[in-house]
Amino acid sequence: MSDRLPGFSTLAVHAGAQPDPTTGARATPIYQTTSFVFNDADHAASLFGLQAFGNIYTRIGNPTNAVLEERVAALEGGTAALAVASGHAAQVVVLQQLLQPGDEFIAARKLYGGSINQFTHAFKSFGWNVVWADSDDIASFERAVTPRTKAIFIESIANPAGSITDIEAISTVARKAGVPLIVDNTLASPYLIRPIDHGADIVVHSLTKFLGGHGNSLGGIIVDAGTFDWSTGGKYPMLSEPRPEYHGIRLQETFGNFAFAIACRVLGLRDLGPALSPFNAFMILTGIETLPLRMQKHCDNAKAVAEFLAGHPAVASVNYAGLPSDKYNRLARKYAPKGAGAVFTFSLKGGYDAGVNLVSKLQLFSHLANVGDTRSLVIHPASTTHSQLDDAAKIKSGAGPDVVRLSIGIEDKEDLIADLEQALGA
Amino acid sequence: MNHDAYPDNYIRGILNSVKSIAMVGASPVNVRPSYFAFKYLAQRGYDMIPVNPGHVGKELLGKPFVASLSDIGRPIDMIDIFRNSSHIMPVVEEALTLDPLPKVIWMQLGARDDAAAAKAESVGIKVVMNRCPKIEYGRLSSEISWMGVNSRTLSSKRAPAPTQGMRLSLNRMSVGGGDTAASDRAAKNKNEQS
Repeated sequence: MSDRLPGFSTLAVHAGAQPDPTTGARATPIYQTTSFVFNDADHAASLFGLQAFGNIYTRIGNPTNAVLEERVAALEGGTAALAVASGHAAQVVVLQQLLQPGDEFIAARKLYGGSINQFTHAFKSFGWNVVWADSDDIASFERAVTPRTKAIFIESIANPAGSITDIEAISTVARKAGVPLIVDNTLASPYLIRPIDHGADIVVHSLTKFLGGHGNSLGGIIVDAGTFDWSTGGKYPMLSEPRPEYHGIRLQETFGNFAFAIACRVLGLRDLGPALSPFNAFMILTGIETLPLRMQKHCDNAKAVAEFLAGHPAVASVNYAGLPSDKYNRLARKYAPKGAGAVFTFSLKGGYDAGVNLVSKLQLFSHLANVGDTRSLVIHPASTTHSQLDDAAKIKSGAGPDVVRLSIGIEDKEDLIADLEQALGA
Repeated sequence: MNHDAYPDNYIRGILNSVKSIAMVGASPVNVRPSYFAFKYLAQRGYDMIPVNPGHVGKELLGKPFVASLSDIGRPIDMIDIFRNSSHIMPVVEEALTLDPLPKVIWMQLGARDDAAAAKAESVGIKVVMNRCPKIEYGRLSSEISWMGVNSRTLSSKRAPAPTQGMRLSLNRMSVGGGDTAASDRAAKNKNEQS
């Protein structure tokens, strides 16, 4: 037995999966079942009391989902993970463990529009108050900290313009404030950036995007870095205090450095209910096996398309951190040396009308509200993903009326450039 | 031994070689972590001995409680201490009076006493601190993967379905040793302050 550390591609194929004990099946089986039989009453009681390893009911855990969980935990360098129904579900479950009504969390203003809505409206109804800060101004995070702050939330590569966040600088603020740093790593995937290596305590993903990668299955995941001490000062009672629903167990005492992932499962997923279908877990697992190959192609194509657009006379500006002239290029070279992702924006000299015209003329790019598909995608954020924001907020979050967002797929780059050229030309 | 991060092979070697384990601080209360760690290790085939002076005369899963290590009256391979950091030293001092000496002293998750560890190591006893043998056994066998935990091991071999009392193979390929976690740092800090 050697303790040799395998590479990322080996983990992407193998981590968490092993031939099925019963049948020998090599691909991970889809355990499409709601529930699992107990050996006897004592076994059942042990499982319900969190005293034994095993399966009870698919809303709490499922063997197919468990393979996905271990695989993403391994790729991110975390201690454990929990798969849920969507990226949005991951965010609810994470914050439910951390915030009581009346508490606050600080979030970067540059975020996926859906997250801005969820934080502003849905979470407000739970009494969880978001306080916005600006990722380009680290001091704005420090200024936002109050005694009720329970977490800081950022995106590693931020929607919609693909800007790169200085994770280490913000993790220093979080450490000083004594709160965990949550990083949404959806647009980078662990192939490009591993936030835990830069100080993140919790990583969340929409698995729907690059990890699944084929635009066919929704999913979300929460990764516990195992780095945060939940026991201090009674600030996180879900983890540090005896849980009445489990005979007075203290989760941190019992589960140590993966207590947060367990809390998300047994207090969050069990009671809120956003379970991932095992079929979706299987589709996403299959996608992850080729993540390193796809992600590199996504990035290489994106760079070529961004370079083409930057040189086109109809284009006013391109926001792609992989371009040497970009404001975020220094951070991209530090955090994402293999590539700056495949989601970025550009604006047209012709403004809003030119954007609408472009979208209607494209033949290969699909006009839809998703990113991280094998296919190249295009959207006009101001009228779709970010439409619920007012004009000032749209501009602040990088989704002004003249902005078009692209998610570059893994087609041949020459074909993508030719499609954009014909659509821009007329 | 660097007690901030243990190589998997160190933990694997211990769990593969010890047969008898005396658990100091074992509780008969079935919702305490010591109870279900005791039960799990017994189910995986270890010869478990509950040590707790408050429960002498009672049994834990059919095994009679003894008051102290010296009352066990036969050689034991490992002592698993389910006590807070501040109560570790007297247990280790008692363990050092045993003949023959135990091969391993293990301190539970959250417990760490570097001075006690140094004392035990000076007479050739292997020491593990701030870990749970149930979690480590579950991790190295990958049984814990049912909970979405990163076992940090890989295997292309078909595993047998676990049954009552069955030993599981811990000899999977490790994919990176135990990094220092916040819980280790916190326990160490607390220990240094006290």
